[in-house]
Amino acid sequence: MKIIVCVKQVPGTSNVEVDPVTGVLKRDGSNVKLNPYDLFALETAFRIKEDIGGSITALSMGPAAATSSLLETVYMGADSGVLLSDRLFAGADVQATSYALKCGVEKIGGYDLILCGKQTTDGDTAQVGPELAEQLGIEHAANVMSIDEIGEDFVTVTVNLDSVYQTQKMKLPCLLTIEKDACTPRLPSFRRKMNTDKDVVQIYTAEQLENVDQTRCGLKGSPTQVERIFPPKAGGERELFEQDSQTQGETLYDILSAAKFV
Amino acid sequence: MGLIIHQEKIDQAAAEKLVELCPFNAITYDGKLSIGPACKMCKMCVKKGPEGAVTFEEESVIVCNKDEWRGVAVFAEQRDGKIHPVSLELVGKAKELAAVTGHPVLVVLIGSKIKDAAEQLLHYGVDRVYLYDDPSFKDFVISPYANAFTDFIEKIKPSSILVGATSLGRSLAPKVAARVHAGLTADCTMLEMKENTDLVQIRPAFGGNIMAQIVTPNTRPQFCTVRYKIFSAPEKCAPSGEIINMAVSPEMLSGNTEVIKTVKKPAEIDISDAEIIVAVGRGLKTKEDLTLAEKLADALGAQLACTRPLVEAGWFDAKRQIGLSGRTVKPKLIIALGVSGSVQFAAGMQNSDRIIAVNIDKDAPIFKFAHVGFIGDLYEIVPNLLQRIEEGKHV
Repeated sequence: MKIIVCVKQVPGTSNVEVDPVTGVLKRDGSNVKLNPYDLFALETAFRIKEDIGGSITALSMGPAAATSSLLETVYMGADSGVLLSDRLFAGADVQATSYALKCGVEKIGGYDLILCGKQTTDGDTAQVGPELAEQLGIEHAANVMSIDEIGEDFVTVTVNLDSVYQTQKMKLPCLLTIEKDACTPRLPSFRRKMNTDKDVVQIYTAEQLENVDQTRCGLKGSPTQVERIFPPKAGGERELFEQDSQTQGETLYDILSAAKFV
Repeated sequence: MGLIIHQEKIDQAAAEKLVELCPFNAITYDGKLSIGPACKMCKMCVKKGPEGAVTFEEESVIVCNKDEWRGVAVFAEQRDGKIHPVSLELVGKAKELAAVTGHPVLVVLIGSKIKDAAEQLLHYGVDRVYLYDDPSFKDFVISPYANAFTDFIEKIKPSSILVGATSLGRSLAPKVAARVHAGLTADCTMLEMKENTDLVQIRPAFGGNIMAQIVTPNTRPQFCTVRYKIFSAPEKCAPSGEIINMAVSPEMLSGNTEVIKTVKKPAEIDISDAEIIVAVGRGLKTKEDLTLAEKLADALGAQLACTRPLVEAGWFDAKRQIGLSGRTVKPKLIIALGVSGSVQFAAGMQNSDRIIAVNIDKDAPIFKFAHVGFIGDLYEIVPNLLQRIEEGKHV
């Protein structure tokens, strides 16, 4: 079983601010981590490999610094990492991102199963996985809670569809996005870290990938464009009370009582 | 298209300013300025950097003929013929959006034995319901649903398409958007329509501390997903629209996925449907203090909810978490006790009818969006309130 797991390096904190006067985005780029949701996809891949054998390649798109996150996946159990890193990919929306990943998957080639986390903590869209599947011309299942059975050419999974759990049998190759808490992710292994050669992570520029259509990459390949960014607004009628706690309790009661909540 | 660096205009000082300016640390300088793959094309270096040092070169873009695309369409999600309430909320929004451009409000409905559901939609002021009714659509299977949806887009050519950000919607929308090469914006919290039919999509970005306003200026259709309980369902009205039966071909129904079984989730507490919520945050000092919040919830007939740190601390099940990574709620009343009010939390509850906050920190962000704020100690205010409620019963 040849498995590709798509991962992303995300900011370590969500402390991003916009300066309301200059509109400048303030962001601390030094604090990064592996997207926590990806850990469940990785763990799912490790378990499949332990059960039926195979190989696992972690795939990511991002700056060269994202190599550290791919190395982390190798310390956990992935066999190798592939990083797509090029300024050409900058400013990519969901569609351009999934296109670049598609090119990466095709470069790796010969896969049976692609696993993704259900979403990232920075973009939060949960849409790159399904778009990647469509770009590759394969089917996907999102919010997979468990892999119930896996064979040479099929996988049976149970997906979370809000009001129901649906169990379905899918032909391989396909793509699955793994629900949070589908399993308990393992920690990176120190022994694996000591035994890992740093060049286990291969970096490709757009040129090194074959048949990349530049018009579909980065900002240029993104149908959606960010017109502006702004701090969330606070507005409307506000009332603030700052008396002693006895009076505040009374006031709160009066408000609730006037609105017939008590 | 892209950023052009004008090295001749860059001296040490200019370079330092640019390196400092880039929020993504993508700019480096070693006698020569370069922009690396960490670049997010925010163009901050162009706008705020030294004049003319970095410029952005627009390339001529091909704009599609937007007049060929008409209508604001809603994908109506249903299970066993029952329309998901988020779809009605989207119909309400679609009517507002369509009013700007004079476009019709369209609905695409895919399922099995769903004539009644289609009739029901007409009572909400929909102009046309496009119906894909076939026994094979009983369960949600990705390829047949995506094929029918694509068929609708190719034949009807709607300008905008709104999809509920349910598990099903978040799986189906990207599949279809990728197929028709459409722009897709996830989890919009605000939508507006420009007169030129560009849909203005606003959503929290970069972890939620920033709002991003996103448009799809050159291509159609424009796709977005919206969470449940962000907008309001329209009032029922006399039906005036029509139902159009769409042909379902065998090719449409083919695929590589076979549903084996579906199991209804056991009934469980769902805070997203609660009318009154008491939400607690890190202002609570110990797990034992939850009793205080529980007492208030009992007194008000409210559901108890919480912020993300309390789920991470193991005090609550994740199902009770409000926010971007939890549930979105829209109760008539929410009382937030000791909740600082991060943007992520706000995104999950800011559309509540009435927000009351109690927090000891007068600078807590929650006071910026709470309708009523009490700056004080919840450990004093809540017992006083409970006592007052108790007294009120005996009056």
